[in-house]
Amino acid sequence: MAYLVARELRKSYGAHEVVAGIDLELRPGECFGLLGPNGAGKTTTLRLCLGLTDPDGGTISMFDLPVPESAREARARVGVVPQIDNLDPDFTVRENLMVYGRYFGLSVAEIDARIPTLLDFAGLTNRAGDKINALSGGMKRRLTLARALINDPDLIFLDEPTTGLDPQARHLIWQRLRQLAAQGKTIFLTTHFMDEAERLCHRLAIMDHGRIMASGTPRELVAAHIEPQVVEVFGDSAAAWAADQGGALCERCEQTGETVFCYARDVDPLLHNLEQRPDLRYLHRPANLEDVFLRLTGRDLRD
Amino acid sequence: MLVWRRIALPSVLGSLADPMIYMLGFGYGLGSMLPDVFGTSYIAFLAAGTVCSSTMMAASFEAMYSGFSRMHVQKTWEAIMNAPITLDDVMVAELVWAASKSFMAGGAVLLIAAALGFTQSALALWVLPVMFATGLAFASLGLIMTALSVSYDFFMYYFTLFITPMMMLCGVFFPADQLPQALQQAALLLPLTHSVALARPLMNGVVPAAWPLHFGVLLLYAAGGFYVALALTRRRLLK
Repeated sequence: MAYLVARELRKSYGAHEVVAGIDLELRPGECFGLLGPNGAGKTTTLRLCLGLTDPDGGTISMFDLPVPESAREARARVGVVPQIDNLDPDFTVRENLMVYGRYFGLSVAEIDARIPTLLDFAGLTNRAGDKINALSGGMKRRLTLARALINDPDLIFLDEPTTGLDPQARHLIWQRLRQLAAQGKTIFLTTHFMDEAERLCHRLAIMDHGRIMASGTPRELVAAHIEPQVVEVFGDSAAAWAADQGGALCERCEQTGETVFCYARDVDPLLHNLEQRPDLRYLHRPANLEDVFLRLTGRDLRD
Repeated sequence: MLVWRRIALPSVLGSLADPMIYMLGFGYGLGSMLPDVFGTSYIAFLAAGTVCSSTMMAASFEAMYSGFSRMHVQKTWEAIMNAPITLDDVMVAELVWAASKSFMAGGAVLLIAAALGFTQSALALWVLPVMFATGLAFASLGLIMTALSVSYDFFMYYFTLFITPMMMLCGVFFPADQLPQALQQAALLLPLTHSVALARPLMNGVVPAAWPLHFGVLLLYAAGGFYVALALTRRRLLK
């Protein structure tokens, strides 16, 4: 039984179709990542799944309950970490957890019993009495994550959980999410960070313009959509080199600014050629998810 | 659900200071130069108006400035709606909360008025439900403004164009029948008129004439206003 099933989901704002017929399925215990550039429709997809906005077409069921009709019952088993922290600034760390637990109809005694574990999980045990504004960005994020766990949910939604955090704070959040996955929690996260997706997700879908472009495990995606080796070539004359020689030595070659990306199965001829060119710097690396992502969604800026 | 804010005392004290200054200042200062109004001292007349106007103010402020903070600035509603709670629940809670807070604000004025001897009989206790109905009416209207608002500045229009004129037209400071006929007619449509029409006789120890009508108008404003506010907010947040 899947925890979340969405079929042929559609949502338009005016003439703009933000979600254009997508299918999703989340199985118990997996960590699923929805990747996409800004404006791809990720947040709208989450809002649809939570029953916070009505779809124009398609069906959703969460824990076998129809959404949005029974979204309230379904949300009782869900935790949500929104893109932007919405902790209550009038309350302390501890009160935020208490008040939020009350929204789930939990008794004060029940919540009291859960708070120490959650504070420990968030690394905020000695900040329990602090007001929200006294916390750093990373602490707020951890508290938001802890708050999402107050009802001991089976399914956790995270909308870009580490956007805007420094590397230390990101790693800590990742560690916590892996901990939750190990406890058997099902996780649905959206992100535009490939390293985040590659590290955390069992299964991914890449979304753009409201459609799912590709899905699979991180390895499957790399294997299916991109040549295994990449050589990045930098320098003023890189473009001329690519047109003249480089392009012929690889299967595919893309140019952005003064960098040329060469994709190939066998890069030896390419590397051999580059050794003769002291004017060009280069970097040879295995292909990764980011290459797949850029190939599928293009290199244009999204604002 | 009703674990709403519990920081009421400072805000009640805050919303008490302003009306008390007006009531006591005008009441004793201006009142000493005036004859009795409808058989009571001017300050007793003014006390009834002040109970209603401070209820109106408190409900409006809470539904607009505080409501907008929670809805738009702090995204508190969004957080709550991720729990098994719907927008409709949140709106009802905001309405009841704003009405309760205004009830406390108006109640504080009433208590002081009673302590100073400006109420005549136990009939004044009926002012309590009047204040709650007044609070519901103005909270509903305030929530409409909140649903339409893009920023805090927007609320100034509502205060300038709606709330302030009501202070003058609805018999808070002077009997409305001192006004030109056209304005008197217009005032009959305004909710504060009906609030004052109930509270003043009650504080004076008299059962208000046509009280079901006045009470009905307040409840109509509350119900109609809330319906519109809910529709507008749904469109704003759940589109």
